[in-house]
Amino acid sequence: MKALSVNNVSRSYGKVQALKNVSFEVEQGELFGLIGPDGAGKTTLIRILATLLLADSGRATVDGLDAVRDYRAIRRRVGYMPGRFSLYQDLSVEENLNFFASIFNATVRESYHLIQGIYRQIEPFKSRRAGKLSGGMKQKLALCCALIHKPSLLFLDEPTTGVDPVSRREFWDMLASLRQQGITIVVSTPYMDEALRCDRIALMKEGGCLKIETPQNIIRQFPHTLWSVQGDPMYRLLKDLRRHEDVISSFAFGDAHHVAVRSERITTLQLEENLKMLDYKNVEVKEITPTVEDCYMQLTMDNEQ
Amino acid sequence: MSAFAIYAENLTKCFGSFTAVNSISFSVEAGEIFGFLGANGAGKTTAMRMLCGLSKPTSGAGVVAGYDVAREPEKVKQSIGYMSQKFSLYEDLKVWENIRLFAGIYGMRGKHIASKTEQTLAHLGFEAERNTLVKALPLGWKQKLAFSVAIFHEPKVVFLDEPTGGVDPATRRRFWEMIYQAAERGITVFVTTHYMDEAEYCNRVSIMVDGRIEALDTPKNLRQQYSAPNMDGVFQRLAR
Amino acid sequence: MGTKSNSRLSAVNGQLIKKEFRHIFRDKRAMLILLAMPVVQIILFGFAITNEVKNAQVAVFDPSRDASTTRITERLQASRYFDVVRRLGSAAEADEAFKEGTVSLAVIFGENFDENLWRTGEAAIQLIADATDPNQAATLTGYASSIIADYQQELLQLHSVPFRVTAQVRMLYNPQLQGAYNFVPGVMGMILILICAMMTSIAIVREKETGTMEALLVSPVKPFALIFSKLVPYFALSVVNLATILLLSVYVLNVPVTGSLLGLMMLSLLYIFVSLALGMLISTLVATQVAAMLASGMALMLPVMLLSGMIFPVESMPEILQWLSSIVPARWYINGVKKLMIEGLPVASSMKEFAVLSLMAAAFVAVSIKKFKTRL
Repeated sequence: MKALSVNNVSRSYGKVQALKNVSFEVEQGELFGLIGPDGAGKTTLIRILATLLLADSGRATVDGLDAVRDYRAIRRRVGYMPGRFSLYQDLSVEENLNFFASIFNATVRESYHLIQGIYRQIEPFKSRRAGKLSGGMKQKLALCCALIHKPSLLFLDEPTTGVDPVSRREFWDMLASLRQQGITIVVSTPYMDEALRCDRIALMKEGGCLKIETPQNIIRQFPHTLWSVQGDPMYRLLKDLRRHEDVISSFAFGDAHHVAVRSERITTLQLEENLKMLDYKNVEVKEITPTVEDCYMQLTMDNEQ
Repeated sequence: MSAFAIYAENLTKCFGSFTAVNSISFSVEAGEIFGFLGANGAGKTTAMRMLCGLSKPTSGAGVVAGYDVAREPEKVKQSIGYMSQKFSLYEDLKVWENIRLFAGIYGMRGKHIASKTEQTLAHLGFEAERNTLVKALPLGWKQKLAFSVAIFHEPKVVFLDEPTGGVDPATRRRFWEMIYQAAERGITVFVTTHYMDEAEYCNRVSIMVDGRIEALDTPKNLRQQYSAPNMDGVFQRLAR
Repeated sequence: MGTKSNSRLSAVNGQLIKKEFRHIFRDKRAMLILLAMPVVQIILFGFAITNEVKNAQVAVFDPSRDASTTRITERLQASRYFDVVRRLGSAAEADEAFKEGTVSLAVIFGENFDENLWRTGEAAIQLIADATDPNQAATLTGYASSIIADYQQELLQLHSVPFRVTAQVRMLYNPQLQGAYNFVPGVMGMILILICAMMTSIAIVREKETGTMEALLVSPVKPFALIFSKLVPYFALSVVNLATILLLSVYVLNVPVTGSLLGLMMLSLLYIFVSLALGMLISTLVATQVAAMLASGMALMLPVMLLSGMIFPVESMPEILQWLSSIVPARWYINGVKKLMIEGLPVASSMKEFAVLSLMAAAFVAVSIKKFKTRL
């Protein structure tokens, strides 16, 4: 049985179509990522799966249970962490945990093995009010609360948005260890670099899925040769690269520009020479493996054409 | 020291016994793109508020666009632009109404506003959206419009607080191109972000940890100094 | 299923209720407002009604202008309470004077006052007061009557013939003189509904706004348990407030409970429940705390103040407003409290009030349970 099966699900808010015929399946124990910017439909999709929202059309099942008809049964076996911090700021860490345990008819002791890795990090602050915790701590507590009833499936809506890179990495480490314990996890994020931490991802844009694959396959399927190009000044370089006849696309990527080229017509050395003639300093051109973000932008462009 | 667009010397802010910003010193040259990084709760927002004249420093000095942030906060506010992810434009006003409103707040004259509005809309390719309510625009467009509004009155310095959160990758890059264009015109850009690749776009980057600036240099030098492959590596090294 | 699941269920409710109490006790400012509001209101109203009357403007209609009427008028003028500012050409002019708002008391002497007094030993004076402020009206007519009585006393001492001057008092606009004893039921009606409805609706909506409702909805907690747990602490708080109000009114304002205390408590608890249910209903209709505040403030406070008979008597309202007022729970409660507390009538006399409030409670609960969404 699939952990999750989504069939042609659509949903609109008034005139805005938030989800357009989305279909995919998630295996038991899989860590599945919904990757895309704001407005891609991630939150709507997760809410439908968490039985908080009804789809306009299409059908979704969670652990074989119908998301509409069997919503009570589903609620008992899924853990859900909403996008906003959804704990009681005026209750302490411990009180929040006990409260969420009690409403699921569970106790902290029963699920301690599941949360102990995370809970140990916030245990020193257990009598502190949740509102007084730092951002990273709040996320950890929220995750503990979502796990308190030993769910077999975990839905996380943008758990790392607005969180600094260090806390983000820690959070993904926690998800990895939960996955080891056999929990199926569906997580949404706008950060493309986090895609690599997932088993499979759905790249989403404006309510639809551009691609559903393993991150490795998505990268393998990148249709062009990709070069990283450096040279000072960088901004002028970007504009000149876009004007170059053998360049398909060029985007700034941190300290270098990522350039898709017609490699049958030009070599890295030739481009380097071309740029040196245009007065660029410290020119360096080398072939690189695309990132998920490169693929996302490529797929977006393909989609628009 | 007035040659600097932003100048901070031992800038400190305490809330009771808690020191949010602990004696930070740095300077930003005119036309520079300055990345202001740090973990959540490291004191970025507090420092930025002091520099914008919104919060009085407990001690130390800050000079922005030639004005003292403690003594002349009103003049500071007049010479800066500000944009944050949370608040930037009024959703229930039309595109032109937002431009008109903010230009008016900064004391621009009606005729000047009208001609500059045309120019800005043309530059953004938004001519057809003049009468659209801001809430009907896609997020990426909103952010671009918000940035244009923030620099509409030609401020000397513009503060951007996580301007690209949640924006799709292509729009994020177009947004940075706008930042480059502004910097080329001589506007100093002070920007915070959680995207480490964006830190690389800055001329110089500072990283705050627990209220102090732990590192400040060009991205390249920082990578070398911390022998990290990218800024993400530098950040992980420092903020852990 | 069986006892185990039952005890687990009540454990859930216990936790939910415990959490609500924590929310309340940790918000010190809200606690203070909740518990201090009735005290402040009662004391404020208490002092507002006992204001001393000084130099009230008086109009006199004196058709005979004889020795006695002149004497009485002089005495009125001489007292520090009155200031005779107007002579009326006819008794009907008194109405105009009141409408203009220039006088607060009119003294109308009967025709041939002195002559009647000497010949028949009886003469009539009519005292007309503007009773929109019932307390002031009562004070004014009281003072005027005693001045007239003094004069009568004097006549008795001078002559051995028994004279009787009958002062006939007429209260304009508010004939039953509702006031002094009216505001205690009024304040009870208002405070209880405000605290219960506003606080519960805000408490429920706050969870929607902060996103915690989302986390609760995906749990197996039944919506009824969720809402019920919100009601319990506010019910308890309201009982405390009810006790405060009653103690203050009995011992500070000397408004005793003349009827059945048990009946009064029963009615009040029922009213508290109606108010809580109303708060629940509001919370299912709005999405933000501000909206909840406005809805309960505007939709409850104004009708309660204006239509419940707290300030303006229901009997003197236009028919349409009377009809409207019958859907205001506070009207029925205030009515019942007046009967049970002030007039000292038996519990059976307020059966209608009990019935109407019970019906309202059932309706509010039914609608809000139906309206409560198990999804976003």
